[in-house]
Amino acid sequence: MNVFNIIAEIEKADPEFTERISPRRAAIKNITSFGSKVAVAALPFAFATIFKKAYGTTSTASVTDVLNFALKLEYLESYFYTRGVATSGLIPGTDMNVFTQIQADENEHVAFLKSVLGAAAIPQPTFDLTAKGTFADVLTNYNTFLAVANTFEDTGVRAYKGQAANLQGNEVVLTAALSIHAVEARHASAVRQVRAAHGVNIMPWITGAASVYNDTGVPAVNANYGAGATGYPAENNVTQGGVNLTTLASAYGSTTPYNVACEAFDEPLDANTVVTLVTPFFIN
Amino acid sequence: MKTETNENKGNGMIARRSFLRYAGIGAASVGLLATAACHHDHTVVINQGVDIGTGDIGILNYAYALEQLEAAFYTQVISSPYSGISVSEKAYLTAIRDHEILHRNFFKAALGANAITGLTVDFSAINFNSRDSVLGAAKTFEDLGVMAYDGAGYLIQNPDYLTLAGKIVSVEARHAALIRDLLVPGSFAGSDVVASNGLNNALSIAQVLSMANAYLKTKVSAVNYNYVVA
Repeated sequence: MNVFNIIAEIEKADPEFTERISPRRAAIKNITSFGSKVAVAALPFAFATIFKKAYGTTSTASVTDVLNFALKLEYLESYFYTRGVATSGLIPGTDMNVFTQIQADENEHVAFLKSVLGAAAIPQPTFDLTAKGTFADVLTNYNTFLAVANTFEDTGVRAYKGQAANLQGNEVVLTAALSIHAVEARHASAVRQVRAAHGVNIMPWITGAASVYNDTGVPAVNANYGAGATGYPAENNVTQGGVNLTTLASAYGSTTPYNVACEAFDEPLDANTVVTLVTPFFIN
Repeated sequence: MKTETNENKGNGMIARRSFLRYAGIGAASVGLLATAACHHDHTVVINQGVDIGTGDIGILNYAYALEQLEAAFYTQVISSPYSGISVSEKAYLTAIRDHEILHRNFFKAALGANAITGLTVDFSAINFNSRDSVLGAAKTFEDLGVMAYDGAGYLIQNPDYLTLAGKIVSVEARHAALIRDLLVPGSFAGSDVVASNGLNNALSIAQVLSMANAYLKTKVSAVNYNYVVA
């Protein structure tokens, strides 16, 4: 990757690019010194920081904060699946390929985020997979393991979705975050399919009713599917973009069934609420 | 040969005129039926087409176009199920149909007068009586939808629209994982859609539309995003 060629390309597309960087010379100099100290993989992040400054994206969290927030969740998932796969007798052989695939993806997410963050990456925390005893048999009872996996994946989807606006307009970092988000959703679907195969009444997507927002059958994780801060409704929300989805036509007539309206849109969750939810899984 | 030369010249002129019309009209749907008569009994008909336009309206129309395609596909799947369809598969595909119809109708309602026209589909390549053909097409549409939303997110300027796109793309990814597992158990995040760094592939608007147009009689272009229907 040639940094200066990229800047030249940006200037061609947007002649005012360098004018927006303030102070111009210092910014360019920073790229060079930064780039010489960290892995090439960190360069997209360096650009992200500059773009954010240059274009004045109004967000409350910095890109570094968002990526470290994501890294913290990925550390947890990676550790959870690594322990699960390594625990003899926990995962039946017929399901093992699902979890080795998910484990591999989560490990890659950790590696990817660390490479992008470079020296700014938070270190791996230590974990308590029982969440202070709430899931005491998580590594000995497969059904508990599946329930926790189900919740981790659905909450991961909510967490990434909640950060999209903080990365807005940033082609490199937003596209990467959306792409990890999609993989978390694939995992959520897969884990839900495994639970369904073991007799749990659950679909690959989150369903609900006017009075039901947690469809996992696990009351201990109600908050993971509930509302977060203002503007982050529970998973059974049916109003999108100011439109009450149930008033739209469907294959069944002039209205849409409530459960369909829940299922067709996943809900984001704010970072503070997510941190509160996962805190019991962390020792430090 | 003189005739070929004239035909080529005529097509080139039509193409340029079409481009100018697309560019000038922007988000409005373009009822483009261009007919060129050569000097013998031979006419060149260019399919009716639409252009998604530009800005957030353009991206929402892009999503609306893909959701129209998916909704039409699953509607046909459920109205004429493949032979041997199981109860659970029919339930899954019915639910997905319902989601896609709602996505389509949501975008139509949200776009209002800015919405592109209803698209006419071309599913002649799909054998609706064959499980492999139907699920194979479903896999194509779902994976394409995920890659489309992931690849176009950075173009969205209004944060509310970006969040809305995020709310939909994860549901498409849930669908994609299910369909893939129905075809090949354990392939929910196969290496053909998830790169070795654990990231889902993302595609540009031009890449997505060139694939989607194979299933559309009404061709969708995106002149503001470097894609004109060939």
